Amino acid sequence: MAAKDELGRAGEERATQHLRSRGYAILDRNWRCEQGEIDIVAFRDDRLCIVEVKTRRSELYGHPFDAIDERKRRRLWRLAFAWAAAHPDAARRREIRLEAIGLVGADASTARLEHLVDIL
Amino acid sequence: MVEVEADFTAQTPEFRIIGLPDKALGEAVQRVRNASSNAGLDVPRRRLTVNLSPASLPKHGSGFDLSIAVATAAAGGALPAEAIRSTVHIGELGLDGRLRPVPGVLPSVYAAARAGFGRVVVPHANAAEAALVPDIEVRAAASLAEVAAMHGAEVEVPEVDAVEMPVSAPADADRLDLADVIGQDEAVDALVTAAAGGHHLMLSGPPGAGKTMLARRLPGILPLLREEEALEVAAIRSLAGEPITHLDPVVPFVAPHHSASPAALVGGGTRVARPGAIVRAHRGVLFLDETPEFQRVALDALRQPLESGRIEVHRAGFTASYPARFQLVLAMNPCPCGNYGVRGAECTCPPMAIRRYAGRLSGPLRDRIDIDLQVARVAASRATSGEASELTSALARVRVVAARDAAAERLRGTPWRVNGEVPGERLRVGALRLPVKVRAPLDRALERGTVTLRAYDRVLRVAWTIADLAGATTPGIDELGRALFLKKGLLA
Repeated sequence: MAAKDELGRAGEERATQHLRSRGYAILDRNWRCEQGEIDIVAFRDDRLCIVEVKTRRSELYGHPFDAIDERKRRRLWRLAFAWAAAHPDAARRREIRLEAIGLVGADASTARLEHLVDIL
Repeated sequence: MVEVEADFTAQTPEFRIIGLPDKALGEAVQRVRNASSNAGLDVPRRRLTVNLSPASLPKHGSGFDLSIAVATAAAGGALPAEAIRSTVHIGELGLDGRLRPVPGVLPSVYAAARAGFGRVVVPHANAAEAALVPDIEVRAAASLAEVAAMHGAEVEVPEVDAVEMPVSAPADADRLDLADVIGQDEAVDALVTAAAGGHHLMLSGPPGAGKTMLARRLPGILPLLREEEALEVAAIRSLAGEPITHLDPVVPFVAPHHSASPAALVGGGTRVARPGAIVRAHRGVLFLDETPEFQRVALDALRQPLESGRIEVHRAGFTASYPARFQLVLAMNPCPCGNYGVRGAECTCPPMAIRRYAGRLSGPLRDRIDIDLQVARVAASRATSGEASELTSALARVRVVAARDAAAERLRGTPWRVNGEVPGERLRVGALRLPVKVRAPLDRALERGTVTLRAYDRVLRVAWTIADLAGATTPGIDELGRALFLKKGLLA
């Protein structure tokens, strides 16, 4: 596994812990379909939360959130609906929300974590 | 006054400016982002929305850069919002965080002072211009970091060279003096009369008679501008993009070329209004050399400002109204070749061309001209005699100011200040009516039909000015005769 994938994996692990500690129930991780992959699907306050996790070693090439642009957001929405279609029982009557977690640091366990709730 | 608001929302990074920005203002996104990071001000990685209020009014130009950057810094927490509340910020940002000068600072600062703001921050190169406005504290800054530090941000202020304005050619360095005009005593006299009464003037004569020379010396004998008038003039020049460093008390002199379009005279632009030649001549002299060569529509554009002292620029998206109270000086040749009626010269124009040439000036425009002066070529003996005219501009100005004071005293309590503005019926009927004996030659001309009632009024106005210049309380037969002479051809 390449170093960057390892960092990404560790970042997702950290994000999952963070979400759990904030009262999220994790429903799914690294769910794949032909359109792409959802990092984390979680559930909180009757909302279905589609969480994109972005980890970067440093901000030299921009903040992790800079990577989540309009195109990425649109794809996340498509994935969110694909997940809901694949899991009708879990998704029924629930509001869907996109969230983003950004981590900056070489070591995911100590990296600076930022959590954006509802990125539209 | 435009209020700049900035707000971050917890969404992925984006930077938007709303409130009808134009292209230059929309690009402020890039300038503000880079300037802020180079000034050491952190822009949070969130969605930033900057709103320019009133949101429905189109805004243009790069002068909002500084206020956007400051509002952004305050929204991000780098600056206390309280500190910038009562301060107006003007200036363009460079990517390195330096402040660049912008046009139109003087009217902006003026508006800020009138709106009750106590402090304004401007780029270094605009400081002298902004300082002309009273009752507002002007702070000059060379860079965004300096502005941020001024408001209490903890940033390092780098030593930078302030961006300077491009130096323009010194305007009219050599003062034109009336004493340079040789052998044209009649014309000089008429010029002084025009200056004293604020009368619009037409100079006609062959090429080389000195029409332009005379017209250029008119600002030098007009009274100096009072401070608030000079401020108005400087504000207009600032809007036109000229750098202003001091208030010039000499009235402006604007001489558009005869190929000028109506838009160039009036002012125009599709989204941004720029003042035209007529507006730049506000409180000064508008000189139209070779008047018949102007487009007829361009000349007719003069009628509204001559009537009301203001000019309105209408475009699809906006309306702008400018002050335009000026003294009009027209110059024309007697015919297209210029030699018609000149002794010793031969006119080669067909009669039809001469008539068409004279007919280019519309009646309504002619009606505004109080003094119609024929300027002849100077005889060789007088031109080379070496004796200078004893009337210098300084002396003439003293006479003009004295005459204007006398007129203002008489017109006290009325909306008019100079004789040229007084409506005709006020001079024909009422307290200022002249005795029959004095009026006799003029009345006879009116009865014979050689003068119209409008021309009659104009002669009366000029007669009053001549009386003011002579120190007489009312015009007598001599003054009236002289005024009639200044309306050519009447007593021929």
